[in-house]
Amino acid sequence: MADLEQFRAETRSWLEANCPPEMRKPAEDENDVYWGGRNATFKNDAQKAWFEACRDKGYTVPAWPKAYGGAGLSPAEAKVLREEMARINARPPLSSFGIWMLGPALLHFGTEGQKQRFLNEIARGEIRWCQGYSEPGSGSDLVSMQTFGEDKGDHWIVNGQKIWTSYADEADWIFCLVRTDKDNKYQGITFMLFDMAGDGVSTKPIKLISGNSPFCETFMDDVKVPKSYGEDIPAYVGEINRGWDVAKYLLGHEREMISATGGGDRASSLGAVTSRQGELDPVLRAEMALFDVDALAFTAMSEKFLDEVKVGKGHPAQPNMLKYAGTELNKRRHELLMAAGGSRTLEWESDETEHGKPARSWLRTKANSIEGGTSEVMLNVVAKRILELPGA
Amino acid sequence: MPLYYDDDQAMLADSASDFIREEGSIAKQLRHWRDRDCKDGFGHGLWEQFGEMGFTGILLPEDDGGLGMGQVEANIVLEEIGANLTPSPFLSSSVLAATALKHGSDDTRGRWLPDLVAGKNVYAVAIDEGAKHRPEKIACKAEKSGNGFKLTGKKDFVVYGASAEMIVVAARTSGSESDADGITLFAVPQDASGMSHDSVRLVDSSMASHITFDAVELDGDAVIGEVDGGREILNAMLRAGRVGAAAEGVGVARGAMDMTVDYLKQRKQFGKLIGEFQALQHRAAHLYSEVEIARAVTIKAAQLIDAGSEQAELMTSVAKAKVAKAAGLAVKEGVQMHGGIGMTDEYDIGLYMKRDRALQEFLGDMYYHAGRVAELSGY
Repeated sequence: MADLEQFRAETRSWLEANCPPEMRKPAEDENDVYWGGRNATFKNDAQKAWFEACRDKGYTVPAWPKAYGGAGLSPAEAKVLREEMARINARPPLSSFGIWMLGPALLHFGTEGQKQRFLNEIARGEIRWCQGYSEPGSGSDLVSMQTFGEDKGDHWIVNGQKIWTSYADEADWIFCLVRTDKDNKYQGITFMLFDMAGDGVSTKPIKLISGNSPFCETFMDDVKVPKSYGEDIPAYVGEINRGWDVAKYLLGHEREMISATGGGDRASSLGAVTSRQGELDPVLRAEMALFDVDALAFTAMSEKFLDEVKVGKGHPAQPNMLKYAGTELNKRRHELLMAAGGSRTLEWESDETEHGKPARSWLRTKANSIEGGTSEVMLNVVAKRILELPGA
Repeated sequence: MPLYYDDDQAMLADSASDFIREEGSIAKQLRHWRDRDCKDGFGHGLWEQFGEMGFTGILLPEDDGGLGMGQVEANIVLEEIGANLTPSPFLSSSVLAATALKHGSDDTRGRWLPDLVAGKNVYAVAIDEGAKHRPEKIACKAEKSGNGFKLTGKKDFVVYGASAEMIVVAARTSGSESDADGITLFAVPQDASGMSHDSVRLVDSSMASHITFDAVELDGDAVIGEVDGGREILNAMLRAGRVGAAAEGVGVARGAMDMTVDYLKQRKQFGKLIGEFQALQHRAAHLYSEVEIARAVTIKAAQLIDAGSEQAELMTSVAKAKVAKAAGLAVKEGVQMHGGIGMTDEYDIGLYMKRDRALQEFLGDMYYHAGRVAELSGY
């Protein structure tokens, strides 16, 4: 305990010295955060300084081992760092699907060679990854996916189309579910890794109701994917034809990540924030209060979940519940923000709203309960795996 | 502090669960006493057993014969009481009254605590004045009289008041109705002259009193803590009692949900188990989510109280309100999903609905506590 308090003191003074003031307010949208990659640029000097300080300290991925670019923090230390960063509203220095998703999959399933190469690239923000899961005909029923990799001995020839690939147009590499056995539904999928700069890969942004295009369609036309990138660096995670295991493991992580946006790191009261902008109608105030009850309670649930994960307690299907509750909560949050903000929040392009941020964010949240597994699928999983209801 | 039980707490949870499921079951306690029209509304035998287990003094220091444990541990017992719908003076006596008596003088503690710890005595608390919980306003008056006080006024919703050997009464010794200060707590013995009970049975078969104090003479040593200094003790009682009621509510929700999910796996219609229908699966899964969240925030609030955190006040109200939502949903979905049989007195699910209704009101309902969350958050 004494060690932990010392770590807290050290962390506090390190943050004091290294986190620029501009980085000490919450990111308002995904573009306020540095995502890394071959073509990345920094929004400003503060963002660059903060990223580089964290990268050099291993704090882009604090809980990963030092050998893979992390800081090797224990779960308790990582929690202290999270708390101290939250205390000063420090932004994450680097966001990426590499950190949230591929990283955890490699830590669990990867070879030593894959970890050495890919994890370090992710931690240092050098390669930006995207995820190729959904297909036009395979949304909630993901396992029906058809993108096919034809075995050519030392390589595959991949053909097919992915959809809802987040930021595929800005990504360098893709981790992609590819069918390698047409006769075996669950055990015929391989979790491949390949460079999107190669021939045959093209992306097309999808314009959403928010007017933004965070998602793409990704097309693969005769893409040659070698089976290995060098000694102990296979081009697939886990085993050939066993990619569904990796995908399921990763979906767990994705659901945790999405659920965290619901309230986990936002302990501040929505009613307090909105009432400072103007008096709330009495019934809206009441709605705010009931929302704050749910949001604060959810914060405790997230904390409990994370504490339990560290010691292997809790039901393995619990992230599905968190994803469901967290995303539904976030949608409610934005409905209330629109109501409290009134006609100002309707503005689509004005400077005052920073190019329609309230409206665009409100619309964006509608995807929360669709992406990474719909609320309905989450409820199916809870019913089947936790409540053990029949035939679900 | 991690948000799960440590080894000692897990052990306590196991033994409390086994003991209360066995001895405090619906058949042995709630239905048993209700069907005999018992005027106490609970069993003294079980209360003595609580004493033997040490539960009666769970929050009291070891020097007072207690277990020296905290709110988290008291809540562990309460969750099991809730899950089994066990009628028990535990919340009133061992959480609310005990929290007050902890602040008493050596004489006060010596007079009242040994019989509580032994499971011999039952104590009640008299806070509410009116049909809704409004502890910010206290009109019940205690005027100086000789070396003591003369107590005048009315109190409502005094749970198990008629069975209590002593009642902790919050009264005004100075100022006017809405003042925060000027409150004093009194330990009023059962035989105090001028105190009359109108004891009524509630929807959940528990008993509660409307009490009238007609110039009740009290000795100076009836005062718990300082004269005019009762508000802080009262607030501590309310925190402990509210989060305790939340824990009991989590138990009620859990009990109702478990019963209902079991029923979905047994009942057949249209040639199928009704649990196969997605319309019911989604509602059950949503309910599970709400109950888990309510349970998490209740543990959180109890930990904050034990840590003496300034966040405890806010999170206690969050917990009470969230549990009200979740438990309310659990019992309503429970009755609906049971269909016709859920409406029968013979089946237990309706008893959960009744107990939940009483717990909702006790020490402030969802609306009261959501309003408090807003006020404490500054809006």
